[in-house]
Amino acid sequence: MEIIRFDNVHFKYPGSEKETLRGISLSVEEGTFVAVLGRNGSGKSSLAKHMNAILLPSSGRVTVCGMDTADEDRILDIRRNVGMVFQNPDNQIVANVVEDDVAFAPENLGVPSDQIRRRVDDALTLVDMFNFKTHAPHLLSGGQKQRVAIAGVLAMRPKIIVLDEPTAMLDPQGRRDVISTVTALCRENGMTVILITHHMDECVNADRVIVMADGSVVKDGTPQSVFSDVDTMEKHGLSAPETVKILYDLNRSGYSFSLTTLDVQTCAEKIAEALGK
Amino acid sequence: MLKDITLGQYFPGDTIVHRLDPRTKIILVLFYIIALFTADSWVSYGLVLVVSVICQSLSRIRAKNLFKGLKPMLVIITLTAVLNIFYTTGTPVLPGWIITWEGIARAIKMVLRIVLLITGTFLLTYTTSPIALTDGLEILLNPLKKLKVPIHEMTMMMSMALRFIPTLIEETDKIMSAQRARGADFETGSLVRRAKALIPVLVPLFVSSFRRADELAVAMECRCYHGGEGRTRMKQLKMTSADITALILGAVFLAAVIVIRRLGF
Repeated sequence: MEIIRFDNVHFKYPGSEKETLRGISLSVEEGTFVAVLGRNGSGKSSLAKHMNAILLPSSGRVTVCGMDTADEDRILDIRRNVGMVFQNPDNQIVANVVEDDVAFAPENLGVPSDQIRRRVDDALTLVDMFNFKTHAPHLLSGGQKQRVAIAGVLAMRPKIIVLDEPTAMLDPQGRRDVISTVTALCRENGMTVILITHHMDECVNADRVIVMADGSVVKDGTPQSVFSDVDTMEKHGLSAPETVKILYDLNRSGYSFSLTTLDVQTCAEKIAEALGK
Repeated sequence: MLKDITLGQYFPGDTIVHRLDPRTKIILVLFYIIALFTADSWVSYGLVLVVSVICQSLSRIRAKNLFKGLKPMLVIITLTAVLNIFYTTGTPVLPGWIITWEGIARAIKMVLRIVLLITGTFLLTYTTSPIALTDGLEILLNPLKKLKVPIHEMTMMMSMALRFIPTLIEETDKIMSAQRARGADFETGSLVRRAKALIPVLVPLFVSSFRRADELAVAMECRCYHGGEGRTRMKQLKMTSADITALILGAVFLAAVIVIRRLGF
């Protein structure tokens, strides 16, 4: 079932000459894990902000869960269904205690207090932060804070979760934790995940990768098909995952690997096989 | 140095003082402040001091932490003491001296008043989580909403401010280190010079605070924040018999101080 739909969306920030989004049309199926790639200024963050009516298209239409984001009466319904997590966890956490922060969204929605308690516990369990529920957020690590921020959004029980470069400020361990949490939300809980990033490695597990450049979608497909097009990727300032890169370089010196291998193990086996001949 | 700021800090614990309803504690602190400013004789000061010490020991907050909060006020306390000692007329301590017995007595009382005021109110913030505190305040001030006073907005701002104190302190430390690495000098020179040296710290701090505020506002909107209307609470405040007892004891204490003043002890 289609859950997000963009119809020829154009967007320009007020006072700016240049269009940030230039005629985007796309549709996302429910329960898929979509990664949006692009370098700084490609319009990927603006795209994300259109999904929960933080930004409204200058022309064109965005439909989420069957609701037009331009419909002001439905704005709370839209935002409750589309949870959004941003880059800097410090600037999203509103309370001094982890569980109070997670309770913020359901409190805003007017959920009765006993149900809030359950939602908070469930959300914290999902991101594996239940044991930290009485901690002060500023004493947690970056990855832990970001997982609290995700829990804060999950407590709304959204259908879609949009993450705008959630790992940009994290160390490698924190980044792995956040990505595996997000992947599990999609695979085990059937949520639709939109991950905005510029790290290729984070897209490997996605069902679909959308590459943006200069306000337009330049590539859209499975990670294998997108990454194997190394030339296009490099043209838009994105480097393919290491595994694809090695195979690509080997191909240029006479080998003929298929560029669809993304995980390290299979890549190594394939090379070993080719060399063994 | 910035780590010393104790304003709005909360020490979690599970004592009777921690468990009291925040509304009770706010009212008790009000009683305490009124009593403190009503007190004028040694007897009444003694009573306030005793009550204050009892509350501190019940809360198991270490005296060290309470006095740490006094540090920023040291200048004001010293100034008060000196002014009172030298500018009160009365019987000189030694013939021909400016210092009078009355001056010394007044200085001690004033210093005692400031110290008790600060430690007493700190006890409230030390034992009550900021969220509980602002929730309590919001409910207590609820009647003012009828007069169109934006109580929810005010308490929300207060809890945000408290939430961001540690974040901003961390940030200030970071900026100061960065400027120090480029040769900024914050420790030497005249007062004016040192104040000027803070400009390169304050400017980036302000810029980043505005950016933070902007991001925070968007993040709050994303989490369906739309003002206080229709908002519920996860932790509902509940008055227990302990709260009632505490309030009665507080009222008795206040009455006692007032009676002592009336009787002129």
